[in-house]
Amino acid sequence: MDGLSLSEKVMIGTALLGGMSGVVGSFAVLRGRSLVGDMLAHAALPGVCLAFLLMGTRNLLGLSLGALASGLVAIAAVTVIVRWTRTKEDAAIGIVLSTFFGAGVVLLSVIQKPSVGGNKAGLNLYLFGEPANMLTGDLFLLAGVAVVVLLTVAMLFKEFQLVCFDTDFAQSQGWPTLGLDLAMMAALAVVTVVGLPIVGVILMAAMIILPAATARFWTNRLHILLLLAGALGVAAGLLGSHLGRNFPAGASIVLTATALFVVSLLFAPQRGVVARVVAEWRLRRRISREHLLRSLYELGEPRLPLVAELRVEQLRTYRYWKPKLLERLLQWAVAGELVKVAENQVQLTPLGLRRAAELTRTHRLWETYLMQQANIAADHVDRDADETEHLLPAAVLLELEQQLEEAGRLPRAIADVPQSPHELEPPPPKPKRKKPQS
Amino acid sequence: MTKIAFEIHDMTVAYYRRPVLWDIDLTVPEGKLVGIVGPNGAGKTTLIKAALGLVSLASGKVEIYGKSYAEQRRLVGYVPQRESVDWDFPVTVRDVVLMGTYGRLGWFRRPGRAERQIAERCLEQVDIHSLANRQIRQLSGGQQQRVFLARALAQQAQLYFLDEPFAGVDAATEGAIIELLHTLRSGGKTVLVVHHDLQTVREYFDYVILLNMRLIACGDIESTFTNENLHKTYGGRLTLLDEAAEAMRKQEPL
Amino acid sequence: MIEETPKNAVEVLSFMPELSVVDMWIVVTGAATNVACALVGCFLVLRRMSLMGDAISHAVLPGLVIAFLFSGSLNIVPLFLGAAAMGLLTTFLTQSLHQYARVPSDASMGVVFTSLFALGVVLVKKYVSGLHFDVACVYAGALEYVPFAEPIFGLPRPLFTTLVVLVVNLAVLVLLWKELKVSSFDENLASTMGFSATAMHYLLMMLVAMTTVASFEAVGSILVVAMLIVPAATAHLLCDRLGVMVFLSAVVGVAAAVLGYAAGSWLDTNYAGMMTVAVGVLYGLAVLFSPRYGLINALVRNVRMSLKVMRDDLLAMLYRVEELAREKPLSPANARRAVGGGWLAQWGLAGLVRSGQIASTDDRLQLTDTGREVARSLVRSHRLWETYLVEHLGMPLDHVHEPAHRVEHFIDEQLRRELEAKVDAAAGDPHGREIPGGE
Repeated sequence: MDGLSLSEKVMIGTALLGGMSGVVGSFAVLRGRSLVGDMLAHAALPGVCLAFLLMGTRNLLGLSLGALASGLVAIAAVTVIVRWTRTKEDAAIGIVLSTFFGAGVVLLSVIQKPSVGGNKAGLNLYLFGEPANMLTGDLFLLAGVAVVVLLTVAMLFKEFQLVCFDTDFAQSQGWPTLGLDLAMMAALAVVTVVGLPIVGVILMAAMIILPAATARFWTNRLHILLLLAGALGVAAGLLGSHLGRNFPAGASIVLTATALFVVSLLFAPQRGVVARVVAEWRLRRRISREHLLRSLYELGEPRLPLVAELRVEQLRTYRYWKPKLLERLLQWAVAGELVKVAENQVQLTPLGLRRAAELTRTHRLWETYLMQQANIAADHVDRDADETEHLLPAAVLLELEQQLEEAGRLPRAIADVPQSPHELEPPPPKPKRKKPQS
Repeated sequence: MTKIAFEIHDMTVAYYRRPVLWDIDLTVPEGKLVGIVGPNGAGKTTLIKAALGLVSLASGKVEIYGKSYAEQRRLVGYVPQRESVDWDFPVTVRDVVLMGTYGRLGWFRRPGRAERQIAERCLEQVDIHSLANRQIRQLSGGQQQRVFLARALAQQAQLYFLDEPFAGVDAATEGAIIELLHTLRSGGKTVLVVHHDLQTVREYFDYVILLNMRLIACGDIESTFTNENLHKTYGGRLTLLDEAAEAMRKQEPL
Repeated sequence: MIEETPKNAVEVLSFMPELSVVDMWIVVTGAATNVACALVGCFLVLRRMSLMGDAISHAVLPGLVIAFLFSGSLNIVPLFLGAAAMGLLTTFLTQSLHQYARVPSDASMGVVFTSLFALGVVLVKKYVSGLHFDVACVYAGALEYVPFAEPIFGLPRPLFTTLVVLVVNLAVLVLLWKELKVSSFDENLASTMGFSATAMHYLLMMLVAMTTVASFEAVGSILVVAMLIVPAATAHLLCDRLGVMVFLSAVVGVAAAVLGYAAGSWLDTNYAGMMTVAVGVLYGLAVLFSPRYGLINALVRNVRMSLKVMRDDLLAMLYRVEELAREKPLSPANARRAVGGGWLAQWGLAGLVRSGQIASTDDRLQLTDTGREVARSLVRSHRLWETYLVEHLGMPLDHVHEPAHRVEHFIDEQLRRELEAKVDAAAGDPHGREIPGGE
């Protein structure tokens, strides 16, 4: 171990820290306690100072124990305040955070007086952290803590999961919910305290929240969330300390974690912003295309079984499409061999006719259902049907057909589309579109 | 002799010193499907929570098969109200149902094959097996209710408490739930359900508890679910009770 | 200005050094900061956004650096603008993350402010390394140096900027009092009334950001965070009206400044830190001793209540003994045992004897006339309630004694009258005993 260079030690240390923070942070974030990490980081300061005053030297274990003690007192204080007074949880956390830290600042100023002896170098760094001070012994401490914390989480996984998800149910099953809660907080406290001298106060708070919040974009299973958060924490630690050689180490680690967060926020498959925007856009596009086909069918319906040739103008006024949009839709339809376009005439191909008939059938089934079962008035039905029919899954359609069949109103042949339950008129122009010149 | 599954003796429950349930005293024999009925704020949820040890009693006691709840936890299954849950929590339907087996597993042990089989059976019983891998937010109201029901079934209990299981649920799900409850009853289980729809009480239940901050009546549907009792239950709050409760809350007798 | 203080003040504060101009500036600056923060902080606390104060006070850092780089100086105006911009940005990002990316609100706050702070640290290291950037200073400020800062309009610069912010905060509060009140209490209601809750929110956050920056130089960020939350929380424990709460929070802020300064001088430690500790102590005192909500007071009330119940029980028991016309008198020891024994019974009995409601002679207890009156009302309440329980609540006979026993202590004359209206007192209680007459 002694053969490791400082930068190697820093990388291992920050990786261990990142991994631990990701895991315990997941529970904190899920419980709505993200900022307790921030509180613990601030509240640790008086403990550190008192430990220093008692020991007279900067010994990581001793200082960490001091930090842990004052952190646990802080947690107890918040619990007491929330339970016994009118003060709400966020204010309680803020009160404890700031007053404990203020006490720490006072103690710090006492320590820095010349009359107080001891090796004070590096105590200041509890505020901003300095990985460069990491000793081999510190690394062992980190590793030891990581093992204990991760083992605890592994052993108590189902208990933590249950208490986080549904506290009442857990209590009714007989689990000691308060005790388990405190255990989670204690794990959080230990990890925070150990990370303070490395990345400092604010940045430790960040490491608790960021990996967990990032992992949430990628999975819906708790155990995967924990693993992923741990991995992201490790990645942030390694990358951050590597990339940030010319920057303050703690800040680089956090900014790396933030970058990972932003990337996930945007690009995660289902919950990412891009994925959702794309899905939304795809839906809109499908709806427009289906409207085109249905309009073609409706316009040509009176002349069935002859397939009508329609003028593009007719089509455009039927639904008030913008010319460019209509052009694009027609291009798509032609490419899919659903229509034939010649000069200004549009005609459905047999394939297109079949497809359009299916769509219109679905639409009318739904309209009928709405009118009959949901008592929606005839003149409202078209609009309502328009919105929802595209979202109807196959199972529901099947049910609808069954119902209409029982009522004796289901047409059998595919081309046999039921009569429209209302007057077929072009829908009134939507207010924001310009009225067409006649 | 039918055993007594559930009994409450002179129980008073207070929130911040203000009694919300006054001196409740009732007995429920085994194998009944019981409706707990009363107006809003009558204390129905409080009754269940008190029975499960989730709120403390100002006086009195609750007994499950003659012993305290703490001793009989294994025998009790619980379906809480749907609002009390974080729907964004990263668990699937199967995960939630498995949680019902945790009580029997005890500390540190993981759910094994036996528990998974129990969970699968329960998923099938409530007919949501096809949704087992979905995250819980992706379900409709009725489906969510079935998940919690399945979880309670996985507890393999003798006595079940359900808090407003039919709230916000479609007709098909309601029918399925009632059928399931009837099956439980045929199997000798006792089921207590907080219910809000008076129209269906006679159809669904064979025993009823009428509650409005105090017990109005408790017994067989035929003899207890009468107009007279309903009038007492729904005929408004007793002003004197309210005033006395308020005086106790302020702790300042004049 | 003030070179000497009046003699009596010096005597009163005899353990403190004589106040000098320097000291006055420090206290006044501290007090001004605290009040400015407390005014805005009341609304943060009520809206459960206390930690936004912490968040913004950290998130302003990159804004300050950028403003400094653009303006090339430490002039307060660009710094204010930078801070205000960061305040708005932080708020916007936090809201967006929560609304669109479905990140829980506390996590979004955490993600945004820690990232911005990290960014700020990097910017500082890269571009501002020339300036002496004392880390501890950011947190703890340098109140000690305030009196020696360059004066503006005769006031030390940090004090001047703080007063400006104080006045602005006060003005906003006065002008928008009802809007702030409604939107803090019920956002949706406020929006339907036309007071955009979002606009209020952004406005508040901007004020927080500016207050933070104005105070940085003097007191550092930690005091700002403390003063945004703690005086308001303390005031919240002491009163029930918003206006009073705002006023009290300002008072607490000033008190914390004075006490913190005094303690800081005495112990020769950092002033800002000491003021923070002082305000924490004030909060603790409020938690314990608040007239309505304090824990100690609640405890005392509980004990008094238990004593009252004990005394009532003793009186009622003696009355019943009299009713039964028993020959064997009741001794104090037996009486105490009958009501549960212990020091409470002893105290209760002693109190009754002292107040002349019970006479204790020859190891025999007897009700005095006063005592009998009280006892009679109690027993009357008890039996009226029993009757009520049986007749109106349909409770079985053997179940009514316990509840009546609990409730009788709380039944006052008015309640008794209402009970009388509902039951037929002359017919006696459900056990067939007479209900003693009322006045």
